[in-house]
Amino acid sequence: MGVFTLPSLGSDMEAGTLVEWLVAPGDTVHRGDIVAVIETQKGAIEIECFEEGTVHALLAEVGAELPVGTPLASIVAQGELLPEPVVASVPDFPAPTLETQARQPKPVLATTPPAAVVPASPAARVRAHEMGIDLSTLKGTFPGGGIVLADVNAAAGRVRPERAKPASPMDEMRKAIAAAMSRSKQTIPHFYLSHTLDIQPALDWLDAHNQNSAPADRILLGALFVRAAVCAAEKLTVMNGHFADGAFTPCDHVNAGVAVALRGGGLVAPALINADQMTLAQTMAGMRDLVSRARAGRLRNSEMTQGTITISGLGETGAEAMAGVIFPPQVALVCLGAPQIRPWVVDGTVVPRNVVTLTLSADHRVSDGRQAAKFIAEFETRIMDPQNL
Amino acid sequence: MTENEIRTAFIEELTKVAPDIAPEDVGDDDHIQDDLELDSMDVLNLVTALHQRLGVDIPEQDYPQIATLALATGYLVSKVAF
Repeated sequence: MGVFTLPSLGSDMEAGTLVEWLVAPGDTVHRGDIVAVIETQKGAIEIECFEEGTVHALLAEVGAELPVGTPLASIVAQGELLPEPVVASVPDFPAPTLETQARQPKPVLATTPPAAVVPASPAARVRAHEMGIDLSTLKGTFPGGGIVLADVNAAAGRVRPERAKPASPMDEMRKAIAAAMSRSKQTIPHFYLSHTLDIQPALDWLDAHNQNSAPADRILLGALFVRAAVCAAEKLTVMNGHFADGAFTPCDHVNAGVAVALRGGGLVAPALINADQMTLAQTMAGMRDLVSRARAGRLRNSEMTQGTITISGLGETGAEAMAGVIFPPQVALVCLGAPQIRPWVVDGTVVPRNVVTLTLSADHRVSDGRQAAKFIAEFETRIMDPQNL
Repeated sequence: MTENEIRTAFIEELTKVAPDIAPEDVGDDDHIQDDLELDSMDVLNLVTALHQRLGVDIPEQDYPQIATLALATGYLVSKVAF
């Protein structure tokens, strides 16, 4: 029997609150199925299962804050003998990690002897203690009569389990970004290369394409940028992969992280998985889907963790350049400024052209200026030839 | 289709594209990009949704005409009528 644990939620998040189970004991699950929803500092994330088989027991309850690595469910593989009938009493919850214990206000488990005879989960005990509720007065709703967190919350007059943290979601988002970016700047020796590119051919091609397309088939400049960056990352493999445990591992496919700014501040950079296998139209469709789900709080944990390079665009108007901070464990970030009309020399004549400044942030542990320059050259070649992207 | 129905349709599709905006927070003259902070992808998703719902295909050069609720209502009324 396998135990499915809470997978990584991204380099900047160490814990999340379970808000919803999408499976129940007895359900069949396949690799990639979405089994739970976890609320994180960056919004709700759908958790995909990495096991295959039948759910035997759910080991975590809704409302509990779970560090990455917490057992979520036990899963029986196909053909494996079911050890026992589906759990009939409160399951044996994992011991809290040191980190969780440190965050608890008081060590309550050892000081509640009367409650010890009442079947209740650790989270329920902690909450009951906090709220001054006697567990023996409650009726448990877990199979077998065990008291779970939701029962204590209900008794405390709460409709929904509330997070202990008083901070606003935006404060939480800022904390997550601060943690990841501090780590990035402390551990990654960044260097930057900038180059201004003529994007008039790309814009002209887009205008012509979009004029003859229904809204559903229109393409945005951002998709051309992502496609060009993916092509460059395929060629310059030192820009595409993860640096972990002191070594760089290039990835043989490109999962393009797409930075999405959120209303009111903050951003997420979910990855377009296997973007190297996509046409321009598929890249555009994938980006539309990612942005929609980022807004609705329905990104998947694989998208939050498997990006191999990130592309960040400053939009259609505004500042012309930004030197971005790399998302660990990635080793490169491509930032594109807003297009600007500038005097440009084309075939010996100065003409007004739309240009964009690309700034590549790269990791000196893995690459140096020569490779970064090659990456930019490949990007430029691709963006100058939009019909073949 | 009445002007009111078109107005409601626009607000509904806008708040579907940007679920963190409440319908009552969409002011008549709020610019969807400068005030409501829709990005170019959100605008395209809104245009796509309006095309599906109202059958009006808004070309890119007309995007400024749907930049606010008031502008969009007038524009869409004139297009749906045909």
